[in-house]
Amino acid sequence: MHDSGKWDWETGKKEVSDIGKWMEEFEWIEEPYVSPDGEKVASVVRTGDEMEFTACVNGTAWENTFDKVWYLRFTPDNRLTGLVSDMGEWTVAVDDQVWENRFEFVWNSMFGKDGRNIAIAAQKERKYLAAVNDTAWEHGFENMTNLTVSPDGERTAGVIQTVGFGETEFLKFQEGCYSVAVDGKAWGRNFVNVWELAFSPDNRHVAAEVRTNLYDYTIAVDGIPWKEMFASVWKPQFSPQDESVTAPVKIGGSWTLAQDGKPIWGKKFIQVWHHMYSPDGKKLAAVVAPEFGRWTIAVDYNAWELTFGDLVTDAVFSPDGNSVACVGKEDDKWMVAVNGTAWDGKFDMAWQPVFSPDSIRVAAKVEKNGLYTILADGQPLGKESEAAWDPVFSPDGKKLLIRSIREGKYFREVIPLT
Amino acid sequence: MAEPALKTGEIFDEGLDKGIAKLTPEKIEQVVSSVLANETGARLRVYTDTCVHCGLCSEACHFYLSNDNNPAFSPAGKVKQTLWEILKKKGRVSPEFIKHAAEIAYTECNLCRRCSMYCPFGIDIAYLMLVIRRICHKLGVTPQYIQTTAHSHAATLNQMWVKDDEWIDTLMWQEEEAQDEISDLRIPLEKEGADVFYSVIGPEPKFRAQLIYQAAVIMNGAGVDWTMPATPGWDNSDMCMYTGDNEVMGRLKRAHFEAAMRLKVKRIVMGECGHAFRSVYDMGNRWLTWKMPPIPVIHALEFYHDIFKEGKIKIARKYDQPVTLHDPCNVVRGRGLHEMSRYVVNQTCEKLIEMEPNREHNFCCSAGGGVINCGPPFKNKRVEGNRTKAEQLFVAKAKGAKTVIAPCHNCHGGLEDIIHHYGLNMELKFLGDIIYECMEK
Repeated sequence: MHDSGKWDWETGKKEVSDIGKWMEEFEWIEEPYVSPDGEKVASVVRTGDEMEFTACVNGTAWENTFDKVWYLRFTPDNRLTGLVSDMGEWTVAVDDQVWENRFEFVWNSMFGKDGRNIAIAAQKERKYLAAVNDTAWEHGFENMTNLTVSPDGERTAGVIQTVGFGETEFLKFQEGCYSVAVDGKAWGRNFVNVWELAFSPDNRHVAAEVRTNLYDYTIAVDGIPWKEMFASVWKPQFSPQDESVTAPVKIGGSWTLAQDGKPIWGKKFIQVWHHMYSPDGKKLAAVVAPEFGRWTIAVDYNAWELTFGDLVTDAVFSPDGNSVACVGKEDDKWMVAVNGTAWDGKFDMAWQPVFSPDSIRVAAKVEKNGLYTILADGQPLGKESEAAWDPVFSPDGKKLLIRSIREGKYFREVIPLT
Repeated sequence: MAEPALKTGEIFDEGLDKGIAKLTPEKIEQVVSSVLANETGARLRVYTDTCVHCGLCSEACHFYLSNDNNPAFSPAGKVKQTLWEILKKKGRVSPEFIKHAAEIAYTECNLCRRCSMYCPFGIDIAYLMLVIRRICHKLGVTPQYIQTTAHSHAATLNQMWVKDDEWIDTLMWQEEEAQDEISDLRIPLEKEGADVFYSVIGPEPKFRAQLIYQAAVIMNGAGVDWTMPATPGWDNSDMCMYTGDNEVMGRLKRAHFEAAMRLKVKRIVMGECGHAFRSVYDMGNRWLTWKMPPIPVIHALEFYHDIFKEGKIKIARKYDQPVTLHDPCNVVRGRGLHEMSRYVVNQTCEKLIEMEPNREHNFCCSAGGGVINCGPPFKNKRVEGNRTKAEQLFVAKAKGAKTVIAPCHNCHGGLEDIIHHYGLNMELKFLGDIIYECMEK
């Protein structure tokens, strides 16, 4: 995460841009995106009658125009990126500066935690590869999926196809034609399938969900599969404490967590996924189903009593690792829950809760009847708005940055918390 | 009931033949025992213990009727030749038996569930065939073509080997094409917080991209706040559900629902596909432990119905050719959308001529259940196994129907073959084709 201590935490409410007025200048305005610090709001716009597109930031269009712009995203350090095309070639624009590399297509921009590094998936001459900060992998592959960046954003990994085969060559497929490339270098071993990848916190290792034949699933770490095979697995994670790897695995009819191939949780859950470590690595939590059709959070194998019938998602640990918050849904209404207790209020949508740096407070964005509200510890903060972005706590946890659109104007507002 | 008659004519399929070449009786027994012990329970026992072998299911099956009432094609006959034998012999059956069972389960049953309505006990015979398919999957004995489709699902999370960039590029291409007709039309990609997540099946970007164009025009015309994902998870289809690869079925459904959850949409609207609905609404979600879809799934038929009911789409002129309407099994017997589809047809077409029987009693297209996906080796058997449907269509045609509306991809494929094979010379359309053609734009 970028150092938010350098952001403006003194100015209260500030109108950053009157988006309604953009319409006087541009015929075509797409949905807005807002920078993490709240100082910038941007949209893809069409600059005139010609089919020329660009990004508009706080009412000012970039100088460069393109045949197409999509996937506007702000980096954690508040730079605006867009995937742009001109004359049939694709590349990346960052704050109106265009990368030199050109590709036949680019997609899926991703960033390291501090935002310095920007990665994309790309295709050139029917070869698939990744590029970081305008430097592409030396070699491309027949296909690449599941682009994943390391925490520092310096390294990239993807699931690659290493062996070509015709679509009906089912036996060749079953011999194993997929692997993982890290920074463009393939692991020395193929698998029948490889799915989600995870980098270690120190950026040095990669773990992957793999299938070694049509029936045996396991986790491979830096190309070496666990000896143990399972009926299925989900995405692995590295421990922040050591180099061990954990993953949800299916054994018989139930799911558990395995560490380096060995089950470390019991068998009482019939689903376990989205597991995560506390920042200090001492605790493990996951979204679990303790019974068919009921969902909750388990921390170190202890499930909350509170369960939801539709789903549980967006779980997050507090910085101190002592709390977990999530979003749950019951009878098509969305709720926010912290440590096994649901906040009052049921909504049409709820977003991932945000903990304060001191782990004391929790805030979340919710929507009801098309209007957005920020909740702080379950209570509404500020007015409803037409659009809003996730709240951000100040480094001392005493203020909350609210980014929202009201009556067509985008506001940045810092609210002291009592 | 009578003993199943023998069928003649062996079909060569590399998936089945190479699959059984690797089998031993011990392996078969072990897999059968494992599936029966670990993956079935009261449901299978109740079904097998309850069936009184009365044969009333026979008349429900288009394969049986189309094969001159050959008992080998009756639902109970198919169970007798497969599951009952396996249970009776406790899995001690030969590789050749497994090949025969696979051929029956994968290519002679559309899992259409019409027979369940004729069974005095409502036994879900499709489930029994799925148990056989699960055993065959675990034994590595699956028809080649559907198995390669399952491989595509596993490798790309879509049915047609569509690569990530090809998917996005297709959406952009269709957006551009549509902008020639409606200048401000968008296919909004990755729009977080949209009301609707629109999902399609793999063949749409691969072969029928105009359907995405048409859907965009309909969404635009109805003023829907919608989006499509630029990531895997866009494909709602699922042939793994039909090969018996439940693990990949679950993986596909998870990717689909989590793409919708990531984009914070209120509901998923899916295109005109029947089997995909079964996968997202019944089988795939439940394998993952979601009792119901975690994000509500609205099939195109219900979506069309709703936007017409709410007056969001106006018809410029009705489709003037008399039409008949095919009821796809998975959204009619599986969801009861038949009156909604008729409402939309009556809103958009001058004259609807019903096939008989219809609604939940309608006959399957014979493509469903993955049968059409088993490919060319089984095409003749599939088409000749649905003379009944051809007769239904012929009667509708004789009453004046010129166009068949089939609001399902596999039905489309199956009916196309039937219309061609039996020389029916009828036009075939999706309901979206009709709406797009007739709506005010």
